[in-house]
Amino acid sequence: MSIDLNQFHAVFFEESQEHIDTMEQLLMALDLEEPDPEDLNSIFRAAHSIKGGSGIFGFTALGKITHVMENLLDQLRNGERHPDTALVDHFLTVLDCLRRILDQYRGGEDIDWDEVEEQVKALEAILNDGKSTPRTSATASSSAEPDANADNDAFGFFDAPEEEPAETADSSGSGDSENWGLFEPEPQAEPSGAEAPDTEAAFGFFEDPASATEPQPAKTASAASAAARPDRSKAKAATPESATIRVGVDKVDSLINLVGELVITQSMLKVLGEDPDNLDTLKMSTVLAELERNTREIQESVMSIRMIPVSFVFNRFPRVVRDLASKMEKQVELVLEGTQTELDKGLIEKLVDPLTHLVRNSIDHGIESPERRREAGKPEKGTIILGASQRGGSIIISISDDGAGLNRGRIMAKARENGLPVSDDMPDAEVWDLIFQPGFSTAEQVTDVSGRGVGMDVVRRNIQQLGGRIEISSQASVGSTFTIQLPLTLAIVDGMGVAVGGQTFIIPLVSIIESMQPPRANLKRLAGSDLLHVREEYWPLLRLAEVMETQARSSDPAEAIVVLIETSKRRYGLVVDELVGQQQVVIKSLEQHYKRVPGAAGATIMGDGSVALILDVESLADIVRDPIVEEEIV
Amino acid sequence: MGKHVLIVDDSASIRQMVEHTLKTGGYQVTVACDGQEALDLCQKQHYDCVLTDQNMPRMDGLTLIKNLRGMASYGRTPILVLTTEASDDMKAKGRSAGATGWMVKPFNPENLLQVAAKVMP
Repeated sequence: MSIDLNQFHAVFFEESQEHIDTMEQLLMALDLEEPDPEDLNSIFRAAHSIKGGSGIFGFTALGKITHVMENLLDQLRNGERHPDTALVDHFLTVLDCLRRILDQYRGGEDIDWDEVEEQVKALEAILNDGKSTPRTSATASSSAEPDANADNDAFGFFDAPEEEPAETADSSGSGDSENWGLFEPEPQAEPSGAEAPDTEAAFGFFEDPASATEPQPAKTASAASAAARPDRSKAKAATPESATIRVGVDKVDSLINLVGELVITQSMLKVLGEDPDNLDTLKMSTVLAELERNTREIQESVMSIRMIPVSFVFNRFPRVVRDLASKMEKQVELVLEGTQTELDKGLIEKLVDPLTHLVRNSIDHGIESPERRREAGKPEKGTIILGASQRGGSIIISISDDGAGLNRGRIMAKARENGLPVSDDMPDAEVWDLIFQPGFSTAEQVTDVSGRGVGMDVVRRNIQQLGGRIEISSQASVGSTFTIQLPLTLAIVDGMGVAVGGQTFIIPLVSIIESMQPPRANLKRLAGSDLLHVREEYWPLLRLAEVMETQARSSDPAEAIVVLIETSKRRYGLVVDELVGQQQVVIKSLEQHYKRVPGAAGATIMGDGSVALILDVESLADIVRDPIVEEEIV
Repeated sequence: MGKHVLIVDDSASIRQMVEHTLKTGGYQVTVACDGQEALDLCQKQHYDCVLTDQNMPRMDGLTLIKNLRGMASYGRTPILVLTTEASDDMKAKGRSAGATGWMVKPFNPENLLQVAAKVMP
């Protein structure tokens, strides 16, 4: 019998990570005056779970630390010790260490055993610092030598009246070799009788000479795990990051339900197809409509499996803010909003770095020192709001602070220094945009908080790679807001099919305001550019046929269809031959399958098998000439 | 059809490991994440053996055992506590709750199967 425990490692790592996060959140939120017993219990349980799992899967370093942690936490939850800021701070550093060790195990790297020993010693010192009750020292001593009686008493029976005492005693006797035994009916005949040398088996292990997993004195364990490591790191190399996702049972159930409906629809179609001569077309179209509904619902359901709440990213920030604020000697309160907003898991993971950078920036550059805030008539404690919300097919994530705001003068000076073309009458929005230029940092002094070479240009690039965009609004001495807009998912887009010169193109529905056949009276031509007056506004027109180098059915916009489009840069009208219809399309990368096409974000395959380009309305906006201001036209 | 074992543990990795091991050993396995879920399952059907963790949210292992022993159908069912400590204190508590035996974590798959074979002959 051999069971490969490696297959459970990924789950263990993930759940340990969650336990560490949970402990961190609970510790930081802990009311030191009157700690909630349930919170203390939950923290204890988290440490306990990591310890239990690490023992089974052989992650000795984690087990050693969480074991002492658990003893300390046990005192807390039993009221034998009162938590204070110093203790919470210490636990937080221990959690950081656990994270590092977890990463080392995960990456198949060498474990820093010196650090492990250090942490264990530090925790034991707290555990023994005079407050120790007899009970405490007993636990502490057992923790110091967990292996002393490790080989016995690992399994046993309580009273088992239905069993014959003889057999019971026999089994108990064999406990030394088999590591299990039976309790005899009388309490005094506990296995300790049979296993006299180890009466105080507070912590026992199955002895298995072949396994390198038992906690042993540090050196042995270290050597053993070093010997075991090459295998593990090899296994890891094969699966660099076997990503897993935890999905609520309700989501899976609803998917199963939907698949069931799909099967019913399929069997209805089968029945209809068996007799093609007497096809009931009405029934057929009903069933096809049903099939369409099934497919859409399954698609939505599957996509939702990839969706996780943004709290997965947001919840790390209270700690970041706490640490940074104390380092920078600032007072900052972090407010999280919309933490249950769901976002694609892939997007969430890639958001961590840009968001961290922005939050650091807000603390470092945004929030002023308490003195300066007081002088400015603001509360000494600054506020950073990290919010998420869904707007149509997009997710909006915003980081706003009530700090000093961006410094226009300093940005302009820095831009000139970097040789960027700037003028004093540039609108604010364009000035703020400058900080996204490479090599742009206006920090007066390069702190170890921000200004470490990773600039806002990287942040913007990261966001753009996710198909999103970032905008800044800022007001001097009131504060700044960074707004990130992201697509809900990267794989599927709701689109409007339009035809030009016999080809079909897809316009993402989120960018479309309306489509119309323009009345001739509303069309103007000025200095070589077409304008459409609609909705109290002049819209520059862009002929899709020209961009895509094909032949439009008519060169007269009045005989064509204009699709009004809104982008982050400007609004414009796209002139097309006709509308084909609205549909969801699966985005396929053009670069991967063909080559980059200007103005196209990707391609998709239509129902009839033909390929249609998905238009990149943002980059098309760059081609559009700016509309001339209304006064000049009138 | 193998004997049906109910595994109760709040840790997914341990649940999976125990489940996989017992299934490999020919047992039929059902899992529960805490004592309350296990109790609900036990009220619906009978299991030949229950392996439960002690420390769990909602309902801990010992409370689960006390509840099970109060049910006629679980009077003699083998119930093992999976625990990280085998102290006398723990044993006394386990005994008074009505557990059949205990097993110390960590354990390895081979030991688990040996123990399972003993309690479900």
